[in-house]
Amino acid sequence: MDVSSFLVQSLNSVQYGFLLFLVASGLTLIFGILGVINLAHGSFFMIGAYLAHWLALKTGNLFVAIALALPLSFLLGLAVERLAIGFLYARDHLYQVLLTYGLILIFNELQRILWGNDVHGVPVPALLSASIPLTEAQSYPLYRFFISIACIGVAAAMYVVIHRTKLGMLIRAGAANREMVELLGFGVKRLYALVFALGAALTAFAGMLSAPVNSVYPGMGEHILIISFVVVVIGGLGSIQGAFVGAMLIGFVDTFGKVFLPEAASLSVYAFMAAVLLWRPQGLFGARPA
Amino acid sequence: MTTRKTPTRRRFLSAAAGAGAAASLLPAPFVLAQTAKVKVGILLPYTGTYASLGHNITDAMIMAIEGAGGTLGGRPVEYVKVDSEADPAKAANNANKLIAGEKVDFLTGPVHSGVAMAMVKIAREEGTITIVSNAGADAVTRQMCAPNVFRTSFSNWQTCYPMGPEMVKRGHKKAVSITWNYAAGHEMIGAFKEGYVKAGGQVAKEILIPFPNIEFQAHLTEIASLKPDAVFTFFSGGGAVKFMKDYDAAGLKKSIPLFGAGFLTDGTLQAAGPAGEGIITTLHYAESLANPTNKRFTAAFKAKTGRPADVFAVQGYDTGQLLVHAMKAVKGDVKAKKEIMAAMRAAKLDSPRGTMTFSKSQNPIQDIYLREVKNGDNVVLGVAQKAVEDPGRGCGMT
Repeated sequence: MDVSSFLVQSLNSVQYGFLLFLVASGLTLIFGILGVINLAHGSFFMIGAYLAHWLALKTGNLFVAIALALPLSFLLGLAVERLAIGFLYARDHLYQVLLTYGLILIFNELQRILWGNDVHGVPVPALLSASIPLTEAQSYPLYRFFISIACIGVAAAMYVVIHRTKLGMLIRAGAANREMVELLGFGVKRLYALVFALGAALTAFAGMLSAPVNSVYPGMGEHILIISFVVVVIGGLGSIQGAFVGAMLIGFVDTFGKVFLPEAASLSVYAFMAAVLLWRPQGLFGARPA
Repeated sequence: MTTRKTPTRRRFLSAAAGAGAAASLLPAPFVLAQTAKVKVGILLPYTGTYASLGHNITDAMIMAIEGAGGTLGGRPVEYVKVDSEADPAKAANNANKLIAGEKVDFLTGPVHSGVAMAMVKIAREEGTITIVSNAGADAVTRQMCAPNVFRTSFSNWQTCYPMGPEMVKRGHKKAVSITWNYAAGHEMIGAFKEGYVKAGGQVAKEILIPFPNIEFQAHLTEIASLKPDAVFTFFSGGGAVKFMKDYDAAGLKKSIPLFGAGFLTDGTLQAAGPAGEGIITTLHYAESLANPTNKRFTAAFKAKTGRPADVFAVQGYDTGQLLVHAMKAVKGDVKAKKEIMAAMRAAKLDSPRGTMTFSKSQNPIQDIYLREVKNGDNVVLGVAQKAVEDPGRGCGMT
């Protein structure tokens, strides 16, 4: 592999890593604070993508579509928390897995009823449709850079919110010791609803951003769900930092695994996860189990 | 052992009376049989990703039979539909439901090759006359071929082999192939490679991606660094759309032309948009074929269903045509299996895809067309290879 290919592959890795982070951060946030294993997380990714497709078709502009779809998916997150997830905080993980699996089926069926089973493309906005030549044969789509920049923006905003605001303080406190926050008299119920809706919106945002490069199709949520679980488990359940590092690592392992070990490409990320877990069963940034 | 009985007057009389009674009774069951319904079993997906394929095949098949008066050999038809869900795990059960449960006279379907394998296995054991109306797995008319198993669609081999010589003819001597690591991918790419190497081409690298993964970016970078003359690919559905878009966005289409199996650009072009333009594929059909049968067929299908016809509808239509043809030959007598199968074997169908006959392994002998995507349509450039016949390797009937 020559230097230029190596650099382009590294770029591919980082770009994929950023997108994974966006999805995985919502998942880890929901688990860390709410203690809920949310299998329906991938469904929000799918819903975001379908909303982007549908609204972009109606408004003719992806940015307008995203601006409309973001509050919609936030509201949907609130509704799901109120109608379903909210009843399960005190329950065993098995109940959560069953319920959220049921949600997957419901969302998939809704998707089929609302948008059908065809594969849809979402046009890249004209503003970003150019490609930047990198090597003599390959250019890099501007839109992929845009995805990375947007992800960096979200990551930075999350960092600020979590480390510099009162809401962030509550989130961190909630992750560390839920009962204590409750005992100190903070409205945990509302905090939970907010966190769940934020997590849903983050994932939906990732779905919207990736709609033009991924296309929109039935079952797209399940694929992303599995890989984001891998990311979260590597990073340590509940850790945002861990989700970031995990996403980047998976980005690199996946990309270079495909090139160097094509026969074992589908295996490489799982083998990597197994290796990390053997070394640190709680994940890279996970709290050591008591 | 029977002992010969001495003829007596009495015996003679009773025998004569018996014969007379039998003769007078004879026409009754015969007439009954003629008006009894012919049961056509249909195992196709009506839910899930392949639902639209299932509906197109079914509607076109019924349209063909209705076009011939709505009867098969003068007898009314009962269609027994079972949703295959394109699920190989349920295929054996579903096929049994139709063969043993419903006792269908004919079995047709499915879309998915995994379902086809299970269905054909049972049909071989039970002897039900079976027409495969889509699934392209080579084995159906190779190792698993049987006198009662016909196919009106294609074999994977058939659709890709002609592209090899075509690419060499265009001066592309070194190619990279890329597909999913699953049976259909192996068969399509394998057939292409067979034709390509035979014509003097060299496959620099075969990239296999775990099914149904669609993150291609790393592989595109690899293709760019290998710098082949051309790329041959097979993906379908969402994967096809994504691959065409990514290939274009990576700037590869300008320097390395993209060729593919026909299903790459069937039903995917609306979603692919400009990224599909200029891609060249081979298939046994294209909507834009100019023959009069196709013009009549596409108009009639649109009028009946409100949907545009596609390659799947054509295959369903020809399944219907084959049933009409064979049942006409035996005047509706479903018990005359041998004669039905002989009629099917000898059939020469006037298909929207052009004239179609059957090989010894009972797979279509058909022209494979060369098509290029222009303005969002598969435009026929010409015939890549005339009367392509699957070699039927491993089939005892060839």
